[in-house]
Amino acid sequence: MSESLLKVRDLKIGATVYPPGEKPHDIEIVHGVSFDLEKGKVLGLIGESGAGKSTIGLASMAYGRGGVEITGGEVWVNGRDILKTPLQDVRSLRGGEVTYVSQSAAASFNPAKKIMDQVIEASVRHGKFSRKDAEARAIELFARLGLPDPETIGNRYPHQVSGGQLQRCMTALALCPEPDLVVFDEPTTALDVTTQIEVLMAIKEAIRDTGVAALYITHDLAVVAQVSDDILVLKMGDMVEYGSVDQIINAPREEYTRALVSVRSIDHKEKEPTSEPVLKVENITARYRGTNFDVLHDVNVELHPGQTLAVVGESGSGKSTLARVITGLLPPKEGSIHFAGRDLSAALGGRSREDLRELQMIYQMADVAMNPRQTVGTIIGRPLEFYFGLRGAQKRKRIVELLDEIEMGIEFIDRYPAELSGGQKQRVCIARALAAKPKMIICDEVTSALDPLVADGILKLLLNLQKIEDVAYLFITHDLATVKAIADSIAVMYQGEVVRYGGKTEVLSPPFDDYTDLLLSSVPEMKLGWLEEVIANRKMESAGN
Amino acid sequence: MHVALKLVSQRLALGLLLLFMVSALIFAGTNILPGDVAQSILGQSATPEALANLREELGLNEPALNRYFSWLGGVLQGDLGTALTSGQDIAESMGKRLSNTLFLAMWAAIISVPLAVFLGLVAVRFRDRWPDKLISGVTLASISIPEFLIGYVLMYFIGVKLGWAPTVATIYDGMSLGEKLQTIALPVAVLTLVVLAHMMRMTRAAILNVMQSAYIETAELKGLTMFLIIWKHAFPNSIAPIVNVVMLNLAYLVVGVVVIEVVFTYPGMGQYLVDHVSKRDLPVVQASGLVFAAVYIGLNMVADIVAILSNPRLRHPK
Repeated sequence: MSESLLKVRDLKIGATVYPPGEKPHDIEIVHGVSFDLEKGKVLGLIGESGAGKSTIGLASMAYGRGGVEITGGEVWVNGRDILKTPLQDVRSLRGGEVTYVSQSAAASFNPAKKIMDQVIEASVRHGKFSRKDAEARAIELFARLGLPDPETIGNRYPHQVSGGQLQRCMTALALCPEPDLVVFDEPTTALDVTTQIEVLMAIKEAIRDTGVAALYITHDLAVVAQVSDDILVLKMGDMVEYGSVDQIINAPREEYTRALVSVRSIDHKEKEPTSEPVLKVENITARYRGTNFDVLHDVNVELHPGQTLAVVGESGSGKSTLARVITGLLPPKEGSIHFAGRDLSAALGGRSREDLRELQMIYQMADVAMNPRQTVGTIIGRPLEFYFGLRGAQKRKRIVELLDEIEMGIEFIDRYPAELSGGQKQRVCIARALAAKPKMIICDEVTSALDPLVADGILKLLLNLQKIEDVAYLFITHDLATVKAIADSIAVMYQGEVVRYGGKTEVLSPPFDDYTDLLLSSVPEMKLGWLEEVIANRKMESAGN
Repeated sequence: MHVALKLVSQRLALGLLLLFMVSALIFAGTNILPGDVAQSILGQSATPEALANLREELGLNEPALNRYFSWLGGVLQGDLGTALTSGQDIAESMGKRLSNTLFLAMWAAIISVPLAVFLGLVAVRFRDRWPDKLISGVTLASISIPEFLIGYVLMYFIGVKLGWAPTVATIYDGMSLGEKLQTIALPVAVLTLVVLAHMMRMTRAAILNVMQSAYIETAELKGLTMFLIIWKHAFPNSIAPIVNVVMLNLAYLVVGVVVIEVVFTYPGMGQYLVDHVSKRDLPVVQASGLVFAAVYIGLNMVADIVAILSNPRLRHPK
């Protein structure tokens, strides 16, 4: 066994928390984690939010974010315990021996400085390269990472390149000083799925070509399976399982790991369309005020009672704009909307209270969609008062029924949103929408901000409620796994147009149009060697063309 | 057109419009004061005939709108009118005073702005530790004490007891630059103390705000020292709010120095204005008001333009 590059022993990390109405106190968020990483290997750290994976990643640079403090254990890098090293020496480690790639390159690049200056800064500052050599190396890295115009892209400012390109620039930034170890902290999570696969390929090839070791942090097991040699599964700061990627994916020992591997295995059979659709969107063309291009072109979709239409597409495809048109927030330039057998007024102001009641909405960010100073009971009770005039005991009885439906008990009625978990908040939002007894709910990326297991729970709940309440969902998402789990029919959107539309099985079966093919083949699958397969296929295709 | 250029020209146009509106306000304000210029010149015991004659002579019987536009027309050609009390050309006598005020303001700014920014950087570097608290404490104390009191205290200790600087800051032509600087040392010190706290606190707050950003963490993880991070990564992104406060304080140095000029008998705009207000010399008051407004609007416009130009998104559009 070769010399280990990173050796972590019994790492304990604490943080100061400031709970509302209580005195600040210290808690432990990582409870004794140990692992080894050899030169040139990749270790995947996986877990849900709060698992402590980013915290552990940053600890390998002797860094604690915010009020986080490393309270115990050892972190050995290249044969020295960096927790006992004076700050000056730690500085030469950071950005030199160990570098970091963050989730959001857009936020991690200084908006006021050119990309090149930021990419080479650490190399030059630590005396690894002269400015000229570092620039040459950066250009080489830009080219290797598949960035356009590698010679000149460094002269641009961060806002002048796209999100996927910036994420690759961040990888170049990390690789530039020839580090021994790179910490990748969810480097593809914020990207669209077709962009994610490109960045993933670039990272994988860069790791292979440079022989650098990496800690790869993500919540997505399918992604980490493509790049790692070993995987460490974490839950709430505890090690759950530590083994080779093959063992974790194909023969997980722990219950929790098995749950992560089998996530999104909801089996949903698509329903046949009924005679009369509840929502009929006809020839919608829309643009935002003050702009001179259409964001939606001639969109036609139907949604049948008690069914789910998934509108899928990447950022900028127009899927959220479609929701704004249907809700009346953005009156369309052309086209009409029929809802529950009547024509809907294009503008929100022209809609009756009944129109508003029957068409509800659930949002991506549950915590900003609720008033933080209202209790759960008040939040759910409001539509009951507004639409049905319920008061007092009657209202309370209905609130309790709704809490029951979303699998939360009466004990939540007096809690505030801040006291709920992310999944619970989204459940309260669902109850609020259901309280109006709608015919249709628009779900805008409702599971995107949630951990996979929690998201699974929400999807199961939504399907269950659909059976009981016979409500139709217009489900907007970028996540194809979610689509497969819940849709009856699917509309694939690309640049403001519906490029593919029909029943689930029909849309997801070949022959595909180019875009749907690209989209479907970019979704990471939970199997080893998937990325290589896709790369090989695409190379073959482009060679064939 | 380039986005930044468009925004800058918009700001310039708005500034001119604002100045025009202020001129109307100043004119209206001085006109609704009881009595008129003729009354002021001739005093309480003037005969009605003499008043009528003088009004005719000064054109005061013209409608207000006509008088406003003839005044504005004169101003646009550099003619600010004639002082009633001395009969001197206002533009000429005020030019001398204004250049004195700008001289004082400039030296106060040259010392206070870099000092404030530097102290702000130091305060961020040693946040919540004793250097931060000391800097905040001293500057806040100095802004809280009325400026005339600081003036007299400094005058007593530094001027009288120690004899390091003259207590009367009257400068005149023929003094060398060195003599002038020694003469204005005390008022410059007082002004610096007065404007320091505001600028320093804003620098500190603006940089601390930026220090929460993810790109500061990136810089930390590059192994940069704290001072480099603040200087190279945080400061360039906090320029806009800092410049805003700096310009407000520069405007104060020109417009608000009345008290200090009187305390130190410095021959600047403030004293000039105070003298003529007490003599009810309305043309001078109008002209001074307009000049002060122009300085204020001009400096704030500069702050706006710097804010626009310091934004890389506007400077380098996609």
